[in-house]
Amino acid sequence: MNSATTGSASASAPAHPGQSISHFASHAQGRQGNQTKSSKTKVAVRDLNFYYGQFHALKHINLDIPERQVTAFIGPSGCGKSTLLRVFNRMFELYPEQRAEGAVTLDGEDILSKKLDVSLVRAKIGMVFQKPTPFPMSIYDNIAFGVRLFEILPRAAMDERVEWALKKAALWNEVKDKLNQNGASLSGGQQQRLCIARGIAIKPEVLLLDEPCSALDPISTGKIEELIHELKVDYTVMIVTHNMQQAARCSDFTAYMYLGDLIEFGATAEMFMKPKKKDTEDYITGRFG
Amino acid sequence: MPDKQLAVAYDAELAAITAHVLEMGGSVESQLAQAMYALTHSSAETAQQVVAQEFKVNQMEVDIDRELSAMIARRQPTARDLRLLISVSKAVANLERVGDEAARIARTVQRLVDTDYAKRLRVPINDLNFEASLALGQLRQALNSFARMDTSAALEVLKHDDQIDLEFAGLLRTLITFMMEDPGAIKLSIDLVFVAKAIERVGDHAKNLAEAVIYAVMGTDVRHTAMAQVEDIVG
Repeated sequence: MNSATTGSASASAPAHPGQSISHFASHAQGRQGNQTKSSKTKVAVRDLNFYYGQFHALKHINLDIPERQVTAFIGPSGCGKSTLLRVFNRMFELYPEQRAEGAVTLDGEDILSKKLDVSLVRAKIGMVFQKPTPFPMSIYDNIAFGVRLFEILPRAAMDERVEWALKKAALWNEVKDKLNQNGASLSGGQQQRLCIARGIAIKPEVLLLDEPCSALDPISTGKIEELIHELKVDYTVMIVTHNMQQAARCSDFTAYMYLGDLIEFGATAEMFMKPKKKDTEDYITGRFG
Repeated sequence: MPDKQLAVAYDAELAAITAHVLEMGGSVESQLAQAMYALTHSSAETAQQVVAQEFKVNQMEVDIDRELSAMIARRQPTARDLRLLISVSKAVANLERVGDEAARIARTVQRLVDTDYAKRLRVPINDLNFEASLALGQLRQALNSFARMDTSAALEVLKHDDQIDLEFAGLLRTLITFMMEDPGAIKLSIDLVFVAKAIERVGDHAKNLAEAVIYAVMGTDVRHTAMAQVEDIVG
């Protein structure tokens, strides 16, 4: 990869971001028919650079994430895709040596701004991690815990919210009779759906999924993928995955990253059938390296 | 990170399936040439060989399709690999049809050979052979473009398809004239119209194959597209 190629890739994105998105969205609309509600940009990234100390992990990223669509990030390990996801809900702020420069806006509001309370950002942009991370408490409290941070709900309303989130995460039927059991007692796939339920219980607008299925068996993976498909009716979903077929199955748009550069971004069907750049094609056909 | 060895094995599988398509192409090419030989020389024996070869070609189609399904299931191809395999699928279907057309001509020869047609009635054999030489040329060019994934060669095939159509139209006029002049020649002439049509169809299959090559290489579907536009796409 020479820097000129990647530079032009990332530099070309901001020139016509709106045009490219609406162009791709119209492809997705054509393909999916009823699924697409809007091609409005939900999250816009402008000239984003990210550093782990001296290491330049994200380089001049420009990207428009369409609303209520699933956007997948693919690329080899260390390409920056998880880093980018962590920037979206300011997870990096826990580490003083990490810093982001540039702008990331959610509906036009800069979420990297120090003026904006990080917990409010995370209330709007939820995240689910690679390894299921249930809290050491009951299934019910796993969901209610996050909600209590932002809302004071009477018991009945909280019960309703827990049920709603578990139903949304396609877990309700499996756990409705054991809501007081510890979350850790569930299977890996159920735990991950519990984490997704926890993520959506606070009613975020964007859901970030960082390799949510990498520790799961194919059946659980199938359930999560089905869930992703349903979640996009209400949420803007971003998923980082090493599984190319998963990106192809689940997403409407795909971004290919390499060594901190955004190489190509476009409609998934187009990307997996006729990628514009040879680097992307080499990666998705397994000819990389 | 994909294992380099895996990609080598993958490439070998793709090369193998392409080679099998070309082998099938060679078979149907010789089948058509033999069918025309049988027609020209009233050779029942050669016609029989062509008909017998149809079984072999059909088997090749089934084998390549099986190979194709297995590759899709095991490799889950994307991008250029997926496009190549889609093209292989189309190529195989079209080549099998070429084999069918050759066998159709051979069966016509088998039916006519006892009537001693070549001596009794006028047969525009030179015109039929000329049409067949055009079709075989197109088929060969399409197969060459497939072997090298050469879009320029594929474009040439598309450009020349009209010639066969014109030749077929000319043959049709000739045969209609024969029928009008001599009602006794109607039965034979109709048989020859079907032969001319079979040859014309081979040209169409060559064209389809060339379109599949352009799709595999460029990812653009040029079927049902005006020639000027196809030329712009191929460049």
